[in-house]
Amino acid sequence: MQIKPILAALRRHKAGTVLIALQIALTLAIVCNALFIIQQRLAHMSEPTGIDEANLLVISNQWAGHRSPQEVDAQIQADLAALRQLPSVRDASPSDGYPLTGGGWDNYVMLTPEQIEKTTDASVYMGDEHMLDTLGVKLIAGRNFNASEVMQMTSRQVVIPPVVIVTKALADHLFPDGSALGKPIYSMSSTPSTIIGIIERLQRQDVKTWSKPYAYESLLWPMREDTDGLYYIVRAKPGQLAAAMRAVPQALYAQNRMRIIDPKDGGNYAQIRERIYDSDRGMAILMGIISAVLLAITAAGIVGLTSFWVGQRRKQIGVRRALGARRGDILNYFLTENFLISVGGVMVGTVLAVGINLWMMARFEMARLSLAYVIDGVIILLLLGQLATLAPALRASRVSPVEATRST
Amino acid sequence: MFAYYFELGLRSLRRNPVLTALMVMAIGFGVAASMTTYAVFRAVSGNPLPDKSGQLFVPQIDNWGPQSRKTGGDLPESLSYTDAMALMHAHKAVRQTAIYPVGFTLVPVDPSSQPFAVNGYAAYADFFAMFDVPFQYGSGWQGVDDDNRANVVVISNELNQKIFAGANSVGRGIQLDGRDYRIAGVVADWDPRPRFYDVNNGSGFGDAPDVFMPLTRAIDLQTETLGNNNCYGTTGQAPGWDGWLHSECAWISLWVELPDANAVARYQSYLEAYAADQQHAGRFHWVPNIRLSNLMQWLDREHVVPKETTVSLVLALGFLLVCLVNTIGLLLAKFMRRASEIGVRRALGASRRQIYTQFLTEAAVVGVAGGLLGLLLTAFGVLGISLVFEPEIARLARLNVSLVGFTLLVSVAATVVAAFYPTWRAARVQPAWQLKSN
Repeated sequence: MQIKPILAALRRHKAGTVLIALQIALTLAIVCNALFIIQQRLAHMSEPTGIDEANLLVISNQWAGHRSPQEVDAQIQADLAALRQLPSVRDASPSDGYPLTGGGWDNYVMLTPEQIEKTTDASVYMGDEHMLDTLGVKLIAGRNFNASEVMQMTSRQVVIPPVVIVTKALADHLFPDGSALGKPIYSMSSTPSTIIGIIERLQRQDVKTWSKPYAYESLLWPMREDTDGLYYIVRAKPGQLAAAMRAVPQALYAQNRMRIIDPKDGGNYAQIRERIYDSDRGMAILMGIISAVLLAITAAGIVGLTSFWVGQRRKQIGVRRALGARRGDILNYFLTENFLISVGGVMVGTVLAVGINLWMMARFEMARLSLAYVIDGVIILLLLGQLATLAPALRASRVSPVEATRST
Repeated sequence: MFAYYFELGLRSLRRNPVLTALMVMAIGFGVAASMTTYAVFRAVSGNPLPDKSGQLFVPQIDNWGPQSRKTGGDLPESLSYTDAMALMHAHKAVRQTAIYPVGFTLVPVDPSSQPFAVNGYAAYADFFAMFDVPFQYGSGWQGVDDDNRANVVVISNELNQKIFAGANSVGRGIQLDGRDYRIAGVVADWDPRPRFYDVNNGSGFGDAPDVFMPLTRAIDLQTETLGNNNCYGTTGQAPGWDGWLHSECAWISLWVELPDANAVARYQSYLEAYAADQQHAGRFHWVPNIRLSNLMQWLDREHVVPKETTVSLVLALGFLLVCLVNTIGLLLAKFMRRASEIGVRRALGASRRQIYTQFLTEAAVVGVAGGLLGLLLTAFGVLGISLVFEPEIARLARLNVSLVGFTLLVSVAATVVAAFYPTWRAARVQPAWQLKSN
């Protein structure tokens, strides 16, 4: 296949050539970034929480009316006793938050009491001695809290528990040599908390961009929060989540009606995931739609312009056929022509794609576009161009040599 | 003449239905994607208080020192109680209010109905005048109520409907967290989007507040903030409520009204002097660092427009651009195919200008058709928006008259702009050439 005559012919169709190349370039730039965003969002959505999500239920409980901290604490204990007795419930714990709350308490963690700069930033979970069993997290070193270690925290009190359980991610960050167990840590206080246990994995309460460097760094405090409200985390017996979801609010209201259970907070993990990853899922859907329609429109554009060119060159094709060119040669001619234009387009498009990504990195804290997406995009667009050219090119190959003798 | 060109255009478009359909679809999809994302963007990026936004300012004070920004970050987005009260008492602005979000529970008199949460803000009397809050009944409380730490509240129309069935409840009592308050006013439906005065504690698009009460009273009752409480270290923090009040934890927003540039400059220098005083007093161990942002600057600084919204809009506009390039190509093909027709018309005396008018009219017809398709798709897009954006943002986007008009305008304008190059090429057709080659 000779490329020179094709290039010579393209020079006579500068506008059309440039337009197709430009369209391919822009499509590549947008599709690469869109695919990359989709992948990023899906990866973010599939990060594991480390807990027994299938059987967990979270209740957001706010106290109605005015009560003393002692009354609140007594009520929490009564609620928990009632919940743990339900036939569908395996265990329950009070807490200040749950994985994927969306926000929540985080503390700077330091290694010495004098330290001013933080060593890291950990998500703080409060719970009692049932917390580990309730979440279904695996203790990989040390021990659980015991009932006597569980403290009470009332509003605006600075209570630092002497013992703490940390995730492996946090332990490894603080003590890279693996010696975390038994060591003291300081969370915004000069009072030490000794690490008595290490759990395998527990996701943070928030999963936002700022906390990415501290992913999975969580700590557990043996504590009940006797303030305006709290969360009850409830683990249902296997397969009994639906029953627990009916029984738990009833049991709580039977204990005391003076409470508000927020229907927009907590719930089962299908609901919690849907809420927290709402915008991620939406972004992925939107990017998917945009990419698909964009590719379709670009393909349609190529079909349209190539058809026009074929129509324009019927006589020329007839002459070539009359001079001995085979159908395959004509087909090849148009496919090669499209390939050359597409290569030009994807080269410009690659630069554009990287440019858009750099701009989004600066403006929207996006990650760096990996080369694999550009390569995928290039392959998709080259294939798309060839497929879109195929129909008009086949039509061109069927032009009869007789056309050469016609006068139009 | 225009009617004639219009008819010519229609006829020409009917001659290549596939090509025409392609162009209309490209324009339609491009416009619909842009308009749907634009509807969301417009809803979240608008000016919530256009008449006054230039006169409302948020002061920030560096009470943590440069050390706190070593690993990134900015000045604290709220003030400590100490600074907020100092600025309130100095009274250097025409109006000023400190604000923080609070929540209560309300137990209905009817024992069969469940208690429910009542959320709102603790603020000062100036709040209502500063933010042009409209009232259904009564008014805001008075400055004297702030000083007297009075048990007075302003409630929302919605809460008034719920407990007083919409009757004028001014002067009546309401019990929150078991304490009695007198109702001073009922706010008419008022929920500026974004809720500019509280964007540092949430997205700014959450449920509207139910209640407002004097901040002085809320502090007396040790009412916790429902918003963020950001502390840097624990230096000097005593335990308990008073310890927290006097800590360097930042959790109160302050808004001031400054009617003109002079007032802004004066307030700026007052803030600098205040921070310098704190430095001299030994509270700040660093050079005074303050900032005064007006409402729109503040919304920008707080990144109120979710980045998803902007990214979507940018990509949708890129999409529209591709659709336009596509349209240019197709129009070029279409117009150039009629070179001989143009040649004949030019030979018969049509001026270039007339060729321009004819082909731009034809393009405008495509634009209108694309616009109508785009409108239909935008309507579907707006309906399906909740699939893509968070519910509290999705519900803000609506298809209204201005969006319909804008959609049509954008598609016609875009198509006509896209048609300029093909039309220019068409108008340059040499009549002699075309006549000869036949």
